[in-house]
Amino acid sequence: MNTLIMVIFFALAALILISAVMVVTVKNIIHAALWLTASFLGAAALYLLMEAEFLAVVQVLIYAGAISILILFAIMLTRHVTGEGVRQLYERWWVALVVAILLFGAVLVPNLLSEQANWDSQVAAAQTAPAPPAAECPPATVAGSCEIGVAFMRDYLLPFEVASVLLLVALVGAIVIAHEERARRRRVPTLAEEVALKRSIPVERDEDIEAALSPAGREGT
Amino acid sequence: MVNAVPLSWVLIVAAGLFSIGLFGALSRRNTVGILMGVELMLNAVNINLLAFWRYLQPADATGLVFALIVITVAAAEAAVGLAMVIAIYRTRLTINADEVDTLKG
Repeated sequence: MNTLIMVIFFALAALILISAVMVVTVKNIIHAALWLTASFLGAAALYLLMEAEFLAVVQVLIYAGAISILILFAIMLTRHVTGEGVRQLYERWWVALVVAILLFGAVLVPNLLSEQANWDSQVAAAQTAPAPPAAECPPATVAGSCEIGVAFMRDYLLPFEVASVLLLVALVGAIVIAHEERARRRRVPTLAEEVALKRSIPVERDEDIEAALSPAGREGT
Repeated sequence: MVNAVPLSWVLIVAAGLFSIGLFGALSRRNTVGILMGVELMLNAVNINLLAFWRYLQPADATGLVFALIVITVAAAEAAVGLAMVIAIYRTRLTINADEVDTLKG
């Protein structure tokens, strides 16, 4: 059983890390967003392995569902930048690589050098400690959604409310930032217009299509 | 999970994920790519929080509550960040971070 769990853990770790590496290295930004979704799903499976079922479901709903879709929409609303030919990394990307590797080493070295016994005894003590008499929840050694609900409604009521206000502020702020006056809206050609124009005039770039579709361009043709 | 995998292995996975996300956030030109790197880093933090909860305080819901708050803040950050990306693209027709340099002296 332990070996099986270890194998599953290593498979999930490989999935998470390889997907993350693909997210930061792949050229096409849409592929990067899809790899990001794979990484999120691997993290959700890791939460399930750690017996945090509620967090796993929340991870799938919010990260793999909402945030990935939001990122894909943002990519599709910003054209001209997803192509394979566009350079995706800075010229001095290796500086970032060095910084990241240094950070990883700085985290890893104390982890390897420190004595494991101290932590292991703490972990063992935590597993055998009796659960505090939780109010309405059935007795369990691992906290579940019942404990989360009680905690949010009792001990963490203020953070809960602050989080809801934060979400409201983010919602209003996102609408205000992304909103655009109707009069100033740029004319975006539909796919049919784009195809028809590409057949009629030999356009090289997408900017030519927009120029042809603008009022001045129409008068000219 | 607790008997099979030591706590430090989970922490090493989270540290690796954080470092990869940091590299992505620092090296990508595309602003959406930078946001993706930030999301990876927040995900690594969440794995760390849940690992400490599961191994050290499994009977208490505090770690779960903390992770849920982090997910909420990440969702708000993604919404506002992507709205700003769309606003920048609308005015400048680019979302590459090195071409948006009005504040550069």
